[in-house]
Amino acid sequence: MNGRRLIIQTAMILVGIVFLGKLFAIQVADSKYAYKAERISRRKVIEYPHRGLIFDRNNQLLVHNNPQYDLLVVPRNVRNLDTTRFCSLFEITREEFNKKMRSFRSYPYRPHTFLTKISHQRFAEIQDFLVDFEGFSVTARTVRAYPHPVMANAFGYISEISQEQLTADKASEKYYQQGDHLGQSGIERFYEEELRGKRGVSYKIKNAKEVVIGAYENGKYDTLAIPGQNLISTIDIDLQLYAEKLMAGKVGSVVAIEPSTGEILCMVSAPSYDPNLLTGKNYSDNFLEISNDTLKPFFNRPLMAMYPPGSMFKTIQALIAMQEGVLRPNEQIYCDGTLIGDHAPNGYYDVRKGIKLSSNNYFFKVFKRIIQQGEDPSPFIDSRSGLRKWKNYIDAFGLGRAPNIDLPSAKAGNIPGVADYDKIYGENRWKFSNIYSLSIGQGEVLVTPIQMANLGAILANRGHYYDPHIIKSIGESGEAKQAYLQKHEVGIDAVHFESVIDGMEEVVQAGSGLRAKVPNIAICGKTSTVENPHGYDHSGFMAFAPKDNPQIAIAVYVENAGWGGRAAASIAGLIIEKYINGEVSRKWIEDFAIKGEFIY
Amino acid sequence: MRRQENIVNQIDWLTIFLYLILVLWGWLNIYAAVHDDTNNNSIFDLSINSGRQLIFIGASFIPIMVIMIIDFKFYDTFAYIFYGVTIVMLLVVLVLARDVSGARAWIDIGAFKLQPSEFAKAATALAVARTIASSTFKMEKLKNQMLLFAIIGLPTVLIILQDDVGTAMVYAIFLVVFYREGMSPILLIAGIVVATLFVLTLFIDNLYLTLTLGGLALLIALYFALAKKKIRVAFIAVGIGVSMVLVVLGTDFFINEVLQPHQRSRINTLVDPEADEKGAGYHVSNSKIAIGSGGFSGKGFLAGTQTAGGYVPEQSTDFIFATIGEEYGWLGSLIMIGLFITLLLRIIFIAERQKWRFARVYGYCVACILFFHFGVNIGMTIGLFPVIGIPLPFFSYGGSSLLGFTALLFILLKLDAHRKQVLIR
Repeated sequence: MNGRRLIIQTAMILVGIVFLGKLFAIQVADSKYAYKAERISRRKVIEYPHRGLIFDRNNQLLVHNNPQYDLLVVPRNVRNLDTTRFCSLFEITREEFNKKMRSFRSYPYRPHTFLTKISHQRFAEIQDFLVDFEGFSVTARTVRAYPHPVMANAFGYISEISQEQLTADKASEKYYQQGDHLGQSGIERFYEEELRGKRGVSYKIKNAKEVVIGAYENGKYDTLAIPGQNLISTIDIDLQLYAEKLMAGKVGSVVAIEPSTGEILCMVSAPSYDPNLLTGKNYSDNFLEISNDTLKPFFNRPLMAMYPPGSMFKTIQALIAMQEGVLRPNEQIYCDGTLIGDHAPNGYYDVRKGIKLSSNNYFFKVFKRIIQQGEDPSPFIDSRSGLRKWKNYIDAFGLGRAPNIDLPSAKAGNIPGVADYDKIYGENRWKFSNIYSLSIGQGEVLVTPIQMANLGAILANRGHYYDPHIIKSIGESGEAKQAYLQKHEVGIDAVHFESVIDGMEEVVQAGSGLRAKVPNIAICGKTSTVENPHGYDHSGFMAFAPKDNPQIAIAVYVENAGWGGRAAASIAGLIIEKYINGEVSRKWIEDFAIKGEFIY
Repeated sequence: MRRQENIVNQIDWLTIFLYLILVLWGWLNIYAAVHDDTNNNSIFDLSINSGRQLIFIGASFIPIMVIMIIDFKFYDTFAYIFYGVTIVMLLVVLVLARDVSGARAWIDIGAFKLQPSEFAKAATALAVARTIASSTFKMEKLKNQMLLFAIIGLPTVLIILQDDVGTAMVYAIFLVVFYREGMSPILLIAGIVVATLFVLTLFIDNLYLTLTLGGLALLIALYFALAKKKIRVAFIAVGIGVSMVLVVLGTDFFINEVLQPHQRSRINTLVDPEADEKGAGYHVSNSKIAIGSGGFSGKGFLAGTQTAGGYVPEQSTDFIFATIGEEYGWLGSLIMIGLFITLLLRIIFIAERQKWRFARVYGYCVACILFFHFGVNIGMTIGLFPVIGIPLPFFSYGGSSLLGFTALLFILLKLDAHRKQVLIR
């Protein structure tokens, strides 16, 4: 019988060995089960940090976060539901309700999103009834909110990350995930990293009923959310609101800059839209409607609209000529309307009078002196070197290139150079007579409103500027961005500015910019009537004030509003008055500007 | 006093040591299985299974003491009485008991629920030992064999009537004891062949299987009939072939027509565990995930995510091994299986050193019952065996189960402690 004992013992040991072999296979050799376990029992919880707020230069709130609610349901926990009441409260039909509940049937213990983007107001209405609906709960998220419905393009909007953005992010920072929201334009996009903070991730262990029962690996892999930083804007919201009021119903731009710092005081892109439209529930519908608007409210005109500068450009021409030594400020030059069409009367002109009366023929001659300095007997070769010198100055004024502004999508405009004319006419086959329209800011030259506002700042500063920017400081420290403390010289001696500035003062006191005149403020300005082949001319005005210790430089464009002296000068004058005096005394000008009937 | 000392000296402390380790480790595992970080119950909390199991562990000392005090000849003398009482209790269960998870197996005694089928195993073992040990018993006699089959058949039928097929299957293991005591191995071999065919039927198309088996039998029969001229052997071969085909067809009929849907799906799960992870395969697939995720050295005590999350159903009872697999890994499983095999071999060693046949047969019964539970229980948790709700001895939560196995084991230790006195007889 000992043999049978052995057989029985062997069988027992064999079973043990088979078990250990099988266990080895599933525990050690195969990692599939460990992976499955993690997938089943681990839940990644993402904590989205508070997005940074934006304040104006006087600490008034411009952009903040509003709670928004999602209604969740755990189907297994729904008991004794009064479906009729539920449906009427949430404004859905019985069919929709049944369809949604059916789609959750596979995972009855898991929370499912039943409704999204319930507004704060709506939530307040239904909050008290929620207790009656067992199994339903709400989670809060935040969306942007704007106390003042202005500056939509400057702030920009936030939306869900696109597939392309996700792909791009995967190749670089690897921060975003499907479904994340991020700034798509404006400040929201430019300062995305500062505003968003850093999201926190924690891994939880959940039980079979989807309830979290603890931290995974004692939170070894968890990270804390870092809240986004607040931004202090350079904008003066009161001035902004006033400028918006003046621009209502018009198409165009206003940009005002503090010359001593480059800080943008107000920036209007008209027409605009209420930024609150692109938050919350109706984002998609509203977005479509705004993008289909023929007046293109998404087109950020102060940075993107390009116009020929027109007469504003004459200030630069005079400065370059004087710096080049080809023009003395008091030199009397006789001009009649023979060279180029002109509104100015015949007579002797100096810099001051040329600016004041905006004489086209005077600046034709000034520009000719810059371009053809007589260095070479060939007018073709002479014009080449002249234009090259001229363009170097223009570059220093920040024209022909995108401004170093803290907003995306700013346009460069266009300043034609030697290469451009070579391309048009062929090398050495063009001279001054081909390019003379540049002298009065027409022709191939294009600028943006912000570049002209910056020109105002350069004139105000008598030869230097700071990059225009819309954010003063970031976060708690309140420190200014280093890049925006950098002073840029334009290479024109301060002394040359006086005659130009005197002329600009007279433009407002007794010239085409009379509507900008404010009794106790010395405003220096220059009108532009931008030739528009498609319709009425665009009205433009560039100015700074006061003449001594300037506090504001401004450029205003109103499209299809005719002479620069009417629409643009009125609006610029009012904004300057509002900013410096704090209130506007000239109601008739205000009414004129708001009424907006500039063509008569 | 002398007698007491005698017991302390003679008792097999190694077995008691193994028993204590298994019971205490089992208790810790029960705590891990019911433990929940969110409410943080103490292991002693009587509202959870671990607290109650501790009471059962304490309570099991009462039968241990009683068994140690009662005269060792008592079990021989009263074997049939015990057997008779448990059979009556099984009958009472059938009449009175109420449904507990599909099986009717409980009797309420005050606050406690008694599960007679857990004690029937020990009683049947005593009855089998008594029968085989009787001086007139001869294994060769068909009448005696029939008596043995009747002894194990009666409780089997009653337990099947309780709808607890798993527990009923345990009685099949007595065949191994009979085999040890001289029964022809043919029955065992036939059993193994039937089991193999059963499994083959699950995996292979019936048509191919019957054709192959029938063809093979026919070839062998022809070989013996024509080449060797042994007609009788050829007939036997044909007979075996026909029986095997019948088994296959019978199995098919059994699975599709006789088994209840939940039993059928358990068997299907064994064939393809991934097929229905949310339904019938839920127990096994989650048990395997828990065990498989334990890795080599496990996640640590109370650190098993699947165990803590309650993903494995009935984890403190039938699926307790999932806790070991997850929290102690392969190494822990090795220790656990090693402990169990050591215990089984020790019991066989104890059985073999008995001079008294009653004690030896009883010892084998204990080893085989424990082995069956061990094999089937762990086999089902790792997907080697269909899900059959039988507990893992000493480990699984449950008072009746723990008390039943404790009594089963300690009766043997009591008999063993007196093995030298038996010589006199």
